[in-house]
Amino acid sequence: MNLDMEMFHQTFFEEAAELLADFEGGLLRLETAPDDLETLNTIFRCAHSIKGGSATFGFTEVAQFTHSLETLLDKVRNGQILVDSGLIQLLLESLDQLKALLEVAQGHASEAPSSLPLLAQMDMVIESVEGGASDADGVLWRVRLRFYPGDDVLQRGANPLFLMEQVAGGGHITSLECDISKLPSLKDMNPETCYLGWNIELLSEKDTAYFHEIFEFVADESVVEISAVDAFAEASGQFDQIAETASVPDTRETAKEAGVFVGNPEAAIAPSKTATVAIASAESHTLRVSTDKVDKLINLVGELVINQSMLNSVIQDFSMAKLPRLIEAVAEMERASRELQERVMSVRMLPIKHAFGRFPRLVRDLAAACGKQIDLQTSGEETELDKTVIESIADPLTHLVRNSIDHGLETPEDRRRAGKGVTGIIALHAFHEGGAIVVEVSDDGRGLDKERILRKAIERGMLSATDPAPSDETIYNYIFHPGFSTAERVTDLSGRGVGMDIVKRAIQGLGGFITVSTTPGQGTRFRVRLPLTMAILEGLSISVGEEVYILPLTSIVESIRPGRGDVRLIAGATEVVMVRQEALPLLRLYQIFRSTPIVTDPTQAIIVVVENEGRKVGLLVDALIGQSQVVIKSLETNYRKVSGIAGATIMGDGRVALIIDVPGLVRVSTGRLEYTSAA
Amino acid sequence: MTINHRETTYHEVSASADENQFLTFSLGDEEYGVDILKVQEIKGYVPTTRIPNAPHDVVGVLNLRGTIVPIVDIRRKFGMEQIEYDQFTAIVVVVVQNRVMGMIVDSVSEVMSIPPANIQPPPDFGDMNANLLTGMGKVADKLIILLDIDTVLLGENAGMSLAA
Repeated sequence: MNLDMEMFHQTFFEEAAELLADFEGGLLRLETAPDDLETLNTIFRCAHSIKGGSATFGFTEVAQFTHSLETLLDKVRNGQILVDSGLIQLLLESLDQLKALLEVAQGHASEAPSSLPLLAQMDMVIESVEGGASDADGVLWRVRLRFYPGDDVLQRGANPLFLMEQVAGGGHITSLECDISKLPSLKDMNPETCYLGWNIELLSEKDTAYFHEIFEFVADESVVEISAVDAFAEASGQFDQIAETASVPDTRETAKEAGVFVGNPEAAIAPSKTATVAIASAESHTLRVSTDKVDKLINLVGELVINQSMLNSVIQDFSMAKLPRLIEAVAEMERASRELQERVMSVRMLPIKHAFGRFPRLVRDLAAACGKQIDLQTSGEETELDKTVIESIADPLTHLVRNSIDHGLETPEDRRRAGKGVTGIIALHAFHEGGAIVVEVSDDGRGLDKERILRKAIERGMLSATDPAPSDETIYNYIFHPGFSTAERVTDLSGRGVGMDIVKRAIQGLGGFITVSTTPGQGTRFRVRLPLTMAILEGLSISVGEEVYILPLTSIVESIRPGRGDVRLIAGATEVVMVRQEALPLLRLYQIFRSTPIVTDPTQAIIVVVENEGRKVGLLVDALIGQSQVVIKSLETNYRKVSGIAGATIMGDGRVALIIDVPGLVRVSTGRLEYTSAA
Repeated sequence: MTINHRETTYHEVSASADENQFLTFSLGDEEYGVDILKVQEIKGYVPTTRIPNAPHDVVGVLNLRGTIVPIVDIRRKFGMEQIEYDQFTAIVVVVVQNRVMGMIVDSVSEVMSIPPANIQPPPDFGDMNANLLTGMGKVADKLIILLDIDTVLLGENAGMSLAA
């Protein structure tokens, strides 16, 4: 398969993923509004489009499965089958199967569970309304098929071989004749023209529509005739006999000889009953951008071009008289390029509903699995986040939601006893806060059990029983420690103690942090704070000696000029600064960065209080310069990781400024990491 | 590092396929050469941004059209006496193992072809410095010290090595 084809495949898979998401959303809507014809139509269209695409690209298994699904949905749409919870369940399972098949087709998974049980279930549902209709599936008949594809069928991207594959999948071929009468001599032959035609006879249980659909995409330019040879309803024994004795040209074999990839239907019959497949998460490397955003970009680039020619005309024969015009033109250009930068960044931004999309289904399934009644509430789905952040945040959020369902929410009986409504609430809430995005996952369950966490922490040796009791906040934060779980039994969902620390690390990896707050008996709220984008940072430039550094604004609490006596030495070694009766460790940046200081007297300098994971530290700097948005550049690409430094950026004057790694410095100050030069 | 000059006269060499081309630059009294294929560009000296706690020879980083490029002072690297940067001071930007780096040299001289026959293996110094060289090139009456730039910038003892 050549590269071009691969490219189309990628597009197909992305479209399929979107269609499946719509499909799922539709199904969940259908559950609450079974009569919504519009939703039904949407679902049907999704299935149909996936079928069309998969057939075009030769994913035979997917196409066959969706075909059955479509047949079923058609009957639902026509009102022949009623929407009930059994049907929704069947459709949801089919959806999972379809996802698994697509994963296999993409090469992310090696094997999907067998489609046969689901297909059989679908057939049962279909048959139950059809009774013994004469021309329906299930009656063996002899089909005569004449297929003469149009000359340009190959140029249109269709592959007759795949079509034949599907025909073969619809029954047992008893005779196949390839008509080569139109084939010209070799020197007159155009390799992109199809000269062949086929006459096929086969025994099939499928109806005429099945065969028509196979050729649906080439029907316009091709001759397709499907007719019955005679009524044929024989005992299955005889059928087998015929199938065995007749010399059936195996199209699949032929295809292999021709060196073409052919989907292997036998793989589906692998004895795998477990419905869950290890599905490799596929991060897509392409981006779908609304044409609206692209149009704005084009407009801005247009403005820049005009600006540039304006500038050109001003600087030709430049005289001082033209100075105001020059200033004006430069200002205009500045505005356009700043806007361009913002808009280009927004191209990478996606609404967070892409990450929220999976939760209705998840909550529904989990609620059923643990016998709880749950109402999922979401808000702020339109909040936009960097694509990379969206892709990486989905898993940690899923874990939080699962955790809230399993640990947070009580069973209906417990809730009734506690005087609450039987239906628990899980709320997902996304919003902007400062230069960051906050996603909150909250429940109205029993809340965290402080005593139990404390007991567990002592058990695990995280603190000793004789120590004074730590603050509530410290106690609740123990749940983020590795291996910490208060669940009395390990369930399917959680309780293995590997969860929360992974969630925390994943979020930190994205440059964000997580906090938890809880009210006993009223619920727990996890608050995830994420940077808007990984590429741009709102920063405060500060000076240390002659050097300029950038502090991420999100980590700054306040900046103060300490008075005399505010900075004290503790135990003759550790410097602290008193900020509102709170003693914070003081780090002199010029010492840490070994720069030549200009100001060493704290009362002449500025202390910037920064915070990470609830720990505050005071940083001694010479002066604050100003606030600006900076583009984060990697130091590691060409150099290496530097402790205390998170990255670099380029200032307005073209020089490089280094961005301070606040979490790293806070760790240094709290003594968890030995810092060679901090002495 | 002292190298005895040997007086050898050669005819004008012409470039051919099996000849290696080198960019030569001076450091103190010596001429050094680096494989021209490793060189991305040459630019005049501009002040760099210091990296805290970096090795002595890494003077800082520079913005090279949006890329952050670490700059190594070759004099410091070789433990030579430091001099003031002047209008001849140049930064030779090289690409080694997919990293873009700059080296500060006293001045850039020229691009010259040295036929393999005129390249001698590096003399045996009996110390670490030998593997920083690929050989000694003889051109006319000059002796060019040919640097193995990968080892110089990324080798085990180099300040740029991955191990922090």
